[in-house]
Parts: sequence; C-alpha cells; structure tokens
Amino acid sequence: MSDISRREVLRRLGAAGLVLGGAAGVGAARWDRGGSTATAAERQQTRDYRLRDAPAGLPELVVARAGAEALAGGAPDPAALVRKAVDALGGMRRFISRGDVVVVKPNIGWDRTPIHAANTNPKVVAEVVRLAYDAGAKSVIVTDASCNEPNRCFQRSGIWKAAYDVGAEVVIPAAHRFRGMRLKGEVLDDWPVYTPLVNADKVINVPIAKHHNLSKYTAAMKNWYGALGGRRNRLHQNIDVSIADLATFIQPTLTIVDAIRVLMRNGPQGGNVADAKDMHTIIATTDQVAADAYGCQLIGRKPEEIPYLKMGHERGLGTMHWQNLRLAEV
Amino acid sequence: MANSDPTPSGPAHRDAAAATAAPAKASPDGTTPPAAPARGAPWAALLRRAGALVRPGPKRRAGSGLPARKTIQVLVWVRRAVQAGCLGLFLYFLFQTGFRGSFASSEARVRLPLPVEGFLLADPFVGAMTLLSTHTVYRGLLWSVGILALTLVVGRVFCGWICPFGTLHHFFGWIFPSRYGKGGKRVESNKTYARQRVKYYLMYAFLAASMAGSVIGGLFDPICVAVRAIGLAVIPAAQYVIAVVTGSAAETGSRPVQLVADQTQDFLAASVWQTKQFYFHHAWFVGILFVGILFMNRFIPRFWCRVLCPLGAFLGVFARFALFGMEKDHAKCTDCNLCLVHCQGADSPQGGVKWRQDECHMCLNCENACPEDVIKFRFLPNRKSALVTPDTGRRTALATAAAGAVIIPTARIADVLDANYDHRVIRPPGSVEEREFLERCIRCAECMKVCPNNAIHPAFFEAGIEGLWTPIVIPRIGYCEHSCVLCGDVCPTGAIQKITEEQKMGVGQKPISIGTAFYDQGRCLPWSMSVPCIVCEEFCPTSPKAIWVEEVDIPKREPVAAEHGKEPLMKMVHVQRPHVDPALCIGCGACEKVCPVQDKPAVYVTSVGETRSKTNVILLEDTDYNKPS
Repeated sequence: MSDISRREVLRRLGAAGLVLGGAAGVGAARWDRGGSTATAAERQQTRDYRLRDAPAGLPELVVARAGAEALAGGAPDPAALVRKAVDALGGMRRFISRGDVVVVKPNIGWDRTPIHAANTNPKVVAEVVRLAYDAGAKSVIVTDASCNEPNRCFQRSGIWKAAYDVGAEVVIPAAHRFRGMRLKGEVLDDWPVYTPLVNADKVINVPIAKHHNLSKYTAAMKNWYGALGGRRNRLHQNIDVSIADLATFIQPTLTIVDAIRVLMRNGPQGGNVADAKDMHTIIATTDQVAADAYGCQLIGRKPEEIPYLKMGHERGLGTMHWQNLRLAEV
Repeated sequence: MANSDPTPSGPAHRDAAAATAAPAKASPDGTTPPAAPARGAPWAALLRRAGALVRPGPKRRAGSGLPARKTIQVLVWVRRAVQAGCLGLFLYFLFQTGFRGSFASSEARVRLPLPVEGFLLADPFVGAMTLLSTHTVYRGLLWSVGILALTLVVGRVFCGWICPFGTLHHFFGWIFPSRYGKGGKRVESNKTYARQRVKYYLMYAFLAASMAGSVIGGLFDPICVAVRAIGLAVIPAAQYVIAVVTGSAAETGSRPVQLVADQTQDFLAASVWQTKQFYFHHAWFVGILFVGILFMNRFIPRFWCRVLCPLGAFLGVFARFALFGMEKDHAKCTDCNLCLVHCQGADSPQGGVKWRQDECHMCLNCENACPEDVIKFRFLPNRKSALVTPDTGRRTALATAAAGAVIIPTARIADVLDANYDHRVIRPPGSVEEREFLERCIRCAECMKVCPNNAIHPAFFEAGIEGLWTPIVIPRIGYCEHSCVLCGDVCPTGAIQKITEEQKMGVGQKPISIGTAFYDQGRCLPWSMSVPCIVCEEFCPTSPKAIWVEEVDIPKREPVAAEHGKEPLMKMVHVQRPHVDPALCIGCGACEKVCPVQDKPAVYVTSVGETRSKTNVILLEDTDYNKPS
C-alpha cells in the first residue's frame, strides 16, 4: 500500500470540484422555484391589411351581376364579373402596390368539384390572381388550410391548376406552416395560425357564399377558419364569437365574394348538384361585415338573424347595415 | 466491398487499401485473413473501402492468382448496379405510394400514375399463396410468372440481384461485421447449416395455411415485410425526427435558418413523405422486428435470406429446374476458402462438397473470388458436384405443412371471426367479405401507406391472431375520404377491390358502407351539456347527410353560485342535437375524427352495417341472404 502523490490528490479533488461546480451552475441557472410567475401580458397580435384611405367618389360595396344579355348567351364568364366588380371599386391598382406579396385566400375546404359549389370557383380565383399580378404584385400566393385532405381539396376544387396556370404560388398547408399566436379574442386566445396569411403585404379574401347549418350563412368572415390550425373543431361551441374574433384578427385588403353558384342547403359541404343554385353574382368590398350582410340575403337570410354580423358591427369591423354604404350595382 | 464482394480481393490488395486509407493500421504482413473488415465504426470501414475503390492496389491474388473470367468480373458489377437500381426503384415506389395532388382537372379520377405495388405483383410466393387460397390469380399478380420463369432459367437471381429486402441484408451483412464477420469466422458462418431448412418448413406451412383459407404467409414475405416496415415505421419515424430538428431550427428565430428548415420540410413532403405526420397503430412492433432482423446480420450474414425467407425457399424449390448453374473442379481446389468469404447464400461453393443450387443467390462472387480454376458458372452444367433439391426431410416437410394447415381452423376457434366479430375491425372500402378477405390479404401495408388521411392501420389482435397486421380503419386517427379509392387501387391481391368513385359514393347505386356511426349521448355536447356543436354534421359527406339534427330549446344552468336559499340560475339555450340515419351512414368516420370531445369521442364508428357482410348488419332491409356476399 503506497501513498498516492500530492499531484494525484490535487487532480482528483480538482476533477470532483469541477463536476460539483458544473452541476451547481446548471442547477442554479435552470432552477424552477415553482409557484406561478406572472408572465408579461403579451400584446394582441392582429393583422389589419385594410387600406387607410377611402376615396369619396368610389363605391364601398359593389355587386356585379350577369345581365340578361350575358345569360342569354349561355353561361356568363365569372372572370368578366370579377373584373367589372373590381374596376367599379377603383381597380386593383388601388389595392395592390408594386412589389407586394399578395395572399389570395379562397375557400378550398372540401373535397368537392366546382359544380358542388363548396369551394370558391377556380375561375374567380384565377382572375383575382391575374388582376393582382397586373397591378404589380411581386408574388401572389393562393392557399387555405383545408378541412378535408388538402391535396385532394386543392386538386379537385380546380383551384390548384387554375391558380398555377396564371402564375400563382399555390401553397399546400403543412404542419410546419402553423405558428402559435396570441389572438386575444373573446374565445380565441392562443392558437396556431397559418403563417402565409400573416406574412403578407396584402390579403384578398375570396370566399364562396354558402349555407351553413350552424352559423346559417358562411362567406367572408367565416372564411378565416382557414387561417387556423389546431383543434378548430372546438370553435363550433361558440361559433359566432369565434368568427367575430377571427374577423378581428385578420382584416383583409379586399373581399371578393364568389356567388356565381350558391349552396342553398346541406352546407357547408353540399355534395349534391341539386343543393346549389346559379346566381352569377360577385360581391366586392373592403368591408367584410357588409359583404356578409349583403350576401346572406342570397340564401334568404336577414343580417339581423346572424349573430356574428351583429358582433362584427359592434366591434367596429364594418357595418351590417350595408344600405348605408355607397352601393354600385354593375 | 472486400468483405462480401470480391473484385478487389486478396490479402495484398487489402493491405494496400488499408494503407492508403489508414496508414497507422496497415498490416505488416500478408498473413492477415483476406478481406477482413476493419474494427470499429462501420463508417470507417466504409470509408476505407471507398478508398480502395478509388485507388485499387496492385492486384495480386492468392494461390495461383488466376484472374476470374472477364464476363464474371463484369457481371458482378452489373449485379451490384441492378441491386442498387432495384432497391432504389422499390424505395421510389414506396415514396410515391401516396397522393400528393396534381394539376389534373377537377373532374379527373384520382389514381396513382405509377404501378407502386409492382414488386408485390412480381412476387411468385404471393401469387402461389393466393392461387391456393382463392384458386385465382388476381389481375397484375400474373407478373409473378415472370420471376418464376427467370428462376427456371438462372436460379434464384431474384434473391441475389432483384429483391430489395435481400439487397438491404447484403448491405447490412457488409457494414455490420462482427467477430463472426472476419476471415476464418466468416468462412465458418458462410458454410451451409441445417438451420437453412427452416425457411422451407415455413414456406410449406404458409402454403398449407393458404390452402386452409388464410394467406398468413404475408407476415414473412420479404416484399411485404419491406413495405410494411419501411412504410409504416421507418418513414414516419424519420419524418418525426426531421420535424423535431426543423422545428427547433424554426425556434431560433433566425430568418435564413427558418427558410432552410421550411424548404427542407417542403422538399421532403413532396418527395419522401406527406405534408402531415403519419402515425400507425402499434408500428413500434413492426419497427423493432425490422431492426432486429437487420441486426441479425451481425451474427449470421443474411440471416433472413438464408433461414427465414419463404419466398427464397419457394424459388429454391424451383431452382432445380434452372438451366444455368455451377460446375466445380474439386481437384484444382487449394482450400483457400475465398469463395466462402464472399458467399451470400451459404450454398457450399468450396471444393470437396457439393454445391447447393437451391440455396445459391447467383451473386457470382465465388467464381469472381476463386484464384484457381475451380468454379465455373455456365448453362447446362454437369451436376456431378451439385445438389439441386432442398435438403428437407420429407417427414418434417409434411409435418410442418400439416401444422400450417391446422393453424387456421385452430385460430378460428378463438371468437373473433365467427362468434364475436370485433367492432373495431372496420375494413377499407371495397374490401371483400371477411373470410375471402383473409384468403387475399397479404398484410403488405400498401393500403395503409397510400391512404391520404392516415385512416388505415395494421391490426394488432383486433382481427384475431390470423388477422395480425391486416388493415383496419381507425377513424379517430384518420377518416375515410369520401371520394378516395386509392387503397383498392394499390391492393395487389384484391382483398380490397378496385372500385370506382361512383360505386363508393353511390352515384346511381347504393354507396359502399364500411360501418355505422353511433352517438354516445352521455358525452355529446348538445345532448348532455346543452352546448352547441354539430361539427360531425358539418363534416358528414353524404348528401343528404346521414347526420341530421333535432332543434331543441333546453335549460342550461348558469355557471355561477346561486344565492343562498334560491334555485340556481337557469337560461334557455337553443341547440341542435345530432342523430344518425343508419340507412344513409357509410361509416367513413369523419364525424368521429372531428368530434371535439378529445379523449373518447362522443360519436364513433363500428363495423356493423358494412356492405361487404350479409351478417354484420343492423337494418332489416339490409338483411338479404340472397345477395352474393
């Protein structure tokens, strides 16, 4: 039994000391003292894409309908109606600046073909994309967070091809494209939000007008369900407030409601050709509440019957009394 | 390459290779066993071998040092290229087994453009099993005759050249060297052993079981194993890991890092997997078995191919008719055993014993390695030094076959098929009636891989022990997409028939139902808690909807404490209470998937009411014993 050297003793003590010091350092740095710590109230994160100016000479709500002469010549071209409506609002250049990244948000929720009128008409989407590019947009993204399987919805709605053909970037929703945000709404607080819709310069909402069994009518404001990820099946328990919360969260530059063919019952998916009715109408406005207040009449509803319109009106998101706006019918 | 493939072979060459790549480890003498793999990490061995490929040392071969015939040298390289190509094609098909959308018109039928189930269609063991069980050869399975024809000409080239699972084992037998993987030990491990008979017994048992009415052999078919393990375990696991990595990259908050992470995700979602994470019921079991089988290569090279593979055994039986084979000149053999070092099939290529044609993978390594003039592959060889038939005792073969035949009736005395059909056994749309289903389903997992909604899962014991890994729909994980018929489109055996969208959705006919939805009224929000909901009704895809709502005004207690001595505050609320119409419900499970009651949904689907069965029904009008099942 021989004694160990002084050097060896120091080395061992030093090693043990280093390990102890390191452990103590990590422990102190990551010490969770327990108890509730007051987290700083985060700021409400919203996206308001609206324009600030509203030239007095221009209408605030435009309704474009195919005239009798257009109907006589067979099915009228939805693209022409979109052009007419946007021109009446002052043209796309009023809304899109050169170099803008524009997100076009149609309803691509369901695995249905255009004849079922469950998704936005692909011709309407394509025309909006074209107009945005003509107005100088740097890129136009077409996307939605679907209800059914997205690849199928995007293909079978016809929107993937139609949008791609006019040069849009079509983004399929994937898990990594959702990010938690503080909406701080009445019922929607912290939710995963679809990032393309919050990282844009301008957002154009292009919903389709439909019957909805729970919210009665769905078009512009309800279309923002497609901005959320996560368990949105829970929103139905308070559907009206959640729609109002979402419409507070995202306020689009422009709303173009597709009422070319309207689902009158069995909404929001339909599935039977007989459920839908041709109306050959486009509603264009900067006021998403007014768009729905006018649009709900297409399926025989009154704005007062729809609670989320009243909430949107009271929150100052727009007006449910569309009659008070400068209306142009073209 | 040196370990299993002999092109740059011989001790001198190995030393040169080792010296170029890692001078410190170079052997000082020529007595090192030939082609010994390096100790340590497989990657180091890989690198060294790559170095040897780039800078081949002077070719000095052992013994007389006679070079192999040029044709054989070339063919060995051709074989490697074919192996890599077939494995690549197999993986590409597997990656393409899923719908990623296209620019086709909205009216176009959604089908996969490639024959992604091609390797299964060419599988003669699948063909033979289903022929014995159904007495028919289903559609594309006729291609399997092609592989059989190939075997009759050149023996088991399928095993050595084509089989993607075999190539995986070839690869892992090469990079997983163990103490059995070197020199003399490797020579010993590559000799023929009695354990290689096991695969024949398994094969006879599976064929007999097929005759008895269940193609359980799919559990062991190598293509099925590969699709199942890679498709259900390896790819989802890789996706999960990548999502964690890119997710933490996105957390960094640095824009360029996020961009790279997003683009990586986009690229992989468009090429290897899908836009969402897939989960498979008890896939851990499939994955662990796969890893275990690959790891066995560390102890017995190509353990799977030599000992277990029933397809290899099936081809081995037919290899006796092969026109191509080996001739040996025993007199010239110096017992250098280089042939055994590189042998894949453990088929006795060395001198002094007879070659085992039924075991040989036709990799040609032995002739390429032989430094004397002993081994020659040629057409119509003399069979003086060859055994062409499997070395299986007739009694054992008969006994195992009998065991295979009785296992099916034995399994069926358990209750799940006849007496107590499990409500969770919801078969994919287009599935044939359960008994015929078991006669057809080879558990290849193609349907599970292709399902865009992750709805189809490998059963564990829900469908009984003979239903292990057969497909069941678990709607809580994914529902059956209304207009989708891809599972039947890729099914190689017709267990799920190739139905059209019109048949499935019932355009001008009765739709195909896979089950029926039921409400748990104690958990349903409008029924038991006076809370509006009906997400189920919104997602119900039929028209008219199978879920209909009853409008009611009901009391709801205010969630505040009542004043002392007073009744609690009540208010009236209007809710819509959902109901199912069993005549319209198709059992797709969209309602179950979207029900917001998270842990145990308030609406759920069970198999009853499925179109394919005439006994598993609810309604009187669906009970029709004159209808073909």
